Amino acid sequence: MAAETERAWNLRESHLFDRTVIAEIQRAARKGIYDIRGFGAKRHVPHFDDLLFLGASISRYPLEGYRERCATDVVLGTRFAKKPLELRIPVTIAGMSFGALSAPAKEALGRGASEVGTSTTTGDGGMTPEEREHSETLVYQLLPSRYGMNPDDLRKADAIEVVVGQGAKPGGGGMLLGHKISDRVAEMRDLPRGIDQRSASRHPDWTGPDDLEIKIGELREITDWEKPVFVKVGATRTYYDVQLAVKAGADVIVVDGMQGGTAATQDVFIEHVGIPTLPATRIAVEALQELGMHRQVQLIVSGGIRTGADVAKALALGADAVSIGTAALVALGDNSPEYDEQYRQLGSAAGFYDDYQAGRDPAGISTQDDELAARLDPVVGGRKIANYLRVLTLEAQTLARACGKSHVLNLEPEDLVALTVEAAAMARVPLAGTDWIPGATPT
Amino acid sequence: MAAVPAEEVAVEVVDLEKISLRELNQRLHNLAHAPGPSAWRVVNPDGAHAVACGIDVDVEVAIEGHVGYYCAGMNKRATVRVHGNAGPGVAENMMSGQVLVDGNASQSAGATGRGGLLVVRGDASARCGISMKGIDIVVGGSVGHLSAFMAQRGCLVVCGDAGEALGDSIYEARLYIRGEVAELGADCVEKEVRAEHREQLGGLLEAAGIDADPADFRRYGSARKLYNFTIDNAGAY
Repeated sequence: MAAETERAWNLRESHLFDRTVIAEIQRAARKGIYDIRGFGAKRHVPHFDDLLFLGASISRYPLEGYRERCATDVVLGTRFAKKPLELRIPVTIAGMSFGALSAPAKEALGRGASEVGTSTTTGDGGMTPEEREHSETLVYQLLPSRYGMNPDDLRKADAIEVVVGQGAKPGGGGMLLGHKISDRVAEMRDLPRGIDQRSASRHPDWTGPDDLEIKIGELREITDWEKPVFVKVGATRTYYDVQLAVKAGADVIVVDGMQGGTAATQDVFIEHVGIPTLPATRIAVEALQELGMHRQVQLIVSGGIRTGADVAKALALGADAVSIGTAALVALGDNSPEYDEQYRQLGSAAGFYDDYQAGRDPAGISTQDDELAARLDPVVGGRKIANYLRVLTLEAQTLARACGKSHVLNLEPEDLVALTVEAAAMARVPLAGTDWIPGATPT
Repeated sequence: MAAVPAEEVAVEVVDLEKISLRELNQRLHNLAHAPGPSAWRVVNPDGAHAVACGIDVDVEVAIEGHVGYYCAGMNKRATVRVHGNAGPGVAENMMSGQVLVDGNASQSAGATGRGGLLVVRGDASARCGISMKGIDIVVGGSVGHLSAFMAQRGCLVVCGDAGEALGDSIYEARLYIRGEVAELGADCVEKEVRAEHREQLGGLLEAAGIDADPADFRRYGSARKLYNFTIDNAGAY
């Protein structure tokens, strides 16, 4: 036994070629194709976990938890739209397509969001009647593929989101693999059943910021200037993207960090393109402030939002709202231990499952298989989403009250410190216990 | 004073030097909910963008002059005639109806269109019919590069020549080209022209009011080799 232990203790795994790397190299050698998967970035990057709030003390007066009011409402689209979105909480549901997700999953997201007074968002593939029916406030995405795009749905929407990119793959298009293309999905997208459906990486009828301004103008004309127009960008060249989106006439800018989820993207893209949500948030806010448009053009941040702490920290850095995608799917049951045995049959395990592209999701979420989809009760799912959104909101309120804020949007960078040098530099808040902000210009 | 011909009495004339584009489009949109003139004449468009976009009613709109981007965008049911040239994205995402351009059209003409007929009597630029999803497009002259890129459904008829990468990554759309094709894009191949195709082409040319013999055209479409990704085709992308 001692010898066996000694042998085990002598084993040293390479940091460079760890088991995950070895497995991927050997998978690539067997299959001859890059790994396509769902979920989001799995590597460690600086995130909101690396920030802490400075609660009230002698110099700051806290609000009484559970007693004193801490408001959470937010209005999105106040710049040009006749009908801005009035949301009760600053947490929205991100765009996820019918096709990538099952119809019950989309319905559940709409039900949950509506129950707590927030918005949900369509995705690549268009708007389903169920989604519209069960979503009190629905944002309709205009994507490069324009799958399902039509002026009727544009007018039925409460807001329009021009998607330039997403955090999981800034600069990349999309792919819905053929085995997820049911008859209904195929019909909505004007393509035959069973073939891979590519989503282009750039829009078909505009190519730069000047064109985008004209495109937004057209969308406003078609909808008689009623709807707020969002512009969504993947976090990469955030400073310029935000300023150009403002110049192009966006009412709301959505910045999706590299931890943002995807239904199907090359692993190499997910893990190696874009910047984390943490620096992207700060950069976006600075870009707006430089233009004098902070709070005039609202900022939504997404990519790795999981807790009320994440929500509160994003707001403290200057976002007007956050958006959740992966976390919403997890709330619906994605990666639940309940399905561990079935995940293992698919070569994965609960907590690790990321094969959204495969369409065999035992939780009935990322699938178009009727039998699997039927496992997800949209009413029960909607309730879970509503509960989860309430918890996020309560947690954010708790932190805001502790910082003496009567509205979650009153949180500010001054309420934060960083745990690491990297996070301090990225968020431009001091390293805890110091007044040092790495990279900040000395005043 | 000479009598005004009866058919001209009903024409609503809108001068874009005197009223705003917003007012014009709003009045056209209002027709979907309340009766109004069935024939409109827009003068002095002066290259304005988004002229007559988002119409959802059987109405005829004649535009006297050049228009900018996205003229007749997302059109439903209306017939929009541009007596001039059109900027990028004319009839983008059109659902039904007809859009007719007397002159030339800039890039992305008929982009993502899902129905209806777009006729460009002159030339169309790059990306004509990009991601088309059911629209029919007839071009009297030539089209630029990447036309019918990722074209899903519908027909693109070109009486002149086609530029590089025609039909790149095409799905189920049909391309009829009378002149030279500079280069076919990935997965786009020449196909046999059968009687059904000549009949379809003849109908489109007739609808477009273009006098051309269907027998002079060649047909192109998808080889369907890239419909499902396999590594053996990686070199084609």
